[in-house]
Amino acid sequence: MNTGTFNPPEIDYLAIAPILIIFGTAVLSVLVEAFVGRTARRPVQLVLVIGSLLVALYFVISQAGTRTITANGALVIDGPALVLWGALLVLSLLGAMLMAERTLDPSGDVFAARAAALPGSEDERQFTQRGWVQTEVWPLFLFSVSGMLMFVAANDLLLMFVALEVMSLPLYLLAGMARRRRLLSQESALKYFLLGAFSSAFFLYGASLLYGFSGTVSLPGIAEAISAKPSQGPLLILGMALLVVGLLFKVGAVPFHQWTPDVYQGAPSAVTGFMAATVKIAAFGALLRVMYVAFGGIRWDWEPMLWVIAILTMFVGSIVALVQTDIKRMLAYSSIAQSGFIMLGVIAASAEGLSASLFYLIAYGFGTIGAFAVISMVRQSGGEATSLSAWAGLGRTSPVIGAVFAVFMLSLAGIPLTSGFVAKFGVFAAAIESGDTWLVIAAVVASIIAAFFYVRVIVLMYFSAPAKEPAVVAVPSAFTTIALAAGVTVTVVLGIIPQPLLELVANADVFLR
Amino acid sequence: MNPSNYILLSAVLFSIGAIGVLVRRNAIIVFMSVELMLNAANLSFVTFARMNGNLDGQVVAFFVMVVAAAEVVIGLAIIVTIFRTRRSASIDEPSLLKY
Repeated sequence: MNTGTFNPPEIDYLAIAPILIIFGTAVLSVLVEAFVGRTARRPVQLVLVIGSLLVALYFVISQAGTRTITANGALVIDGPALVLWGALLVLSLLGAMLMAERTLDPSGDVFAARAAALPGSEDERQFTQRGWVQTEVWPLFLFSVSGMLMFVAANDLLLMFVALEVMSLPLYLLAGMARRRRLLSQESALKYFLLGAFSSAFFLYGASLLYGFSGTVSLPGIAEAISAKPSQGPLLILGMALLVVGLLFKVGAVPFHQWTPDVYQGAPSAVTGFMAATVKIAAFGALLRVMYVAFGGIRWDWEPMLWVIAILTMFVGSIVALVQTDIKRMLAYSSIAQSGFIMLGVIAASAEGLSASLFYLIAYGFGTIGAFAVISMVRQSGGEATSLSAWAGLGRTSPVIGAVFAVFMLSLAGIPLTSGFVAKFGVFAAAIESGDTWLVIAAVVASIIAAFFYVRVIVLMYFSAPAKEPAVVAVPSAFTTIALAAGVTVTVVLGIIPQPLLELVANADVFLR
Repeated sequence: MNPSNYILLSAVLFSIGAIGVLVRRNAIIVFMSVELMLNAANLSFVTFARMNGNLDGQVVAFFVMVVAAAEVVIGLAIIVTIFRTRRSASIDEPSLLKY
């Protein structure tokens, strides 16, 4: 054992500035929650959140082209990390806008006035009546975003585990804070938490076995150990399998998807939109890094496993979505199916696969956050109209929102002239190039099945008579409008002129080792 | 004593935890089982640190303890809220969300 002098790690503070900014603001935001007066709290928090996201985004853009490994090899800032940071920050900004909305619901905020109060109690009623809204969602939101940024840049398993928890723990709480249907919301928080903690235990145990195999927790170190040792042994394979289970849980791949529909349905739509878009990006970013950097040398061992999981994910997601009657639940199964498609890019294990996955994640993120923005606007007397039957005829009663939602559905289905088509084409092409033709054929079949339920919503909106109790589209404030406009613009623009983003993700290069 | 026995012990603890999560019905017990899994991982990290002859594994164990403590805070907050609403900590009872 080396018991030498202590060498402080060299940290490139400029390169990791985005993480530090968001993390620092999150701490500041906790203090605001404690010390700023009740009325001033919300505006101060909003300025902090939006300001810090924009400043962090500026730092990401300003250091485009940086390729460095810092903090003693724990953090790596390379092309994919920067692209993912940019995507995460922009989508978090849109997510924050959805969460800040308070004109859609007649009683105000999206979140419970006081999450700790008993649903239906006098305590809760008084809080709501006086409009004393807690703003603890904002520090939680910022901590979660900082965890995501760390997660996609983590170059060793310890930091990855810590980042995974920093990202997830606040999300468990956010899922349980809906103002309406609080029992559903709390139930989803419990399920998300228990299953999330379960899966991170798998991740950690896998990491410990890999440490036992290689004597290090750093991803490049594991790759070195794999190439240095002639026999691989059970430690490596078992450790890798457990580690990947933990990551696949976060992306919602079958058979680790059970939490997805419940959480998507129960959580407030604003949180669902934010989480659906960003957690998927962060988790796939980490999965790609682990697979490409640490396990690139034994791709023949993990590819069959991911083949099976990808096919299961695509088909179970698409087929179960066909029979859903709740729109949020349907989109949850749709997100499961989309995970299966993105996994094609992971399985391709090539530079093309990586850039195609990045493009897919960005296209998916904007489409999803936009779709959930629409869901938060379509309302009935009891809150959001999530039952599909209430959406009948919506395209005729409110043509604009109907058309916008149709664009998102077409994009998720992968119809040409939307971002979804370019994205699907990219991952399919990358997978074929790597010789996974049969997998692509299965994916095409799955995406045809998936197209059914996306188109079913459009048919329902345009060609059905309005329901007895039709949903109405509430007029949103500027917040949701901006998020929705950004979502639909990106979806259409990436469908028509994808070239700039395609070049960007192609220039992102490969992971730095 | 042969350190690989500790690896075996950690595998046993991890399995007990995993089975506990899957079969127990009380949210608190399920949560304790998850903590058992985390601690099994810790034991395995420390043992491997001994076997590999470097300190990384022991450092990891400290981080995991901190993370597990944070997880307890979040987990108990959620479970207590559910308990106050429903007067029960069974994970079978809250079942509004299905299919």
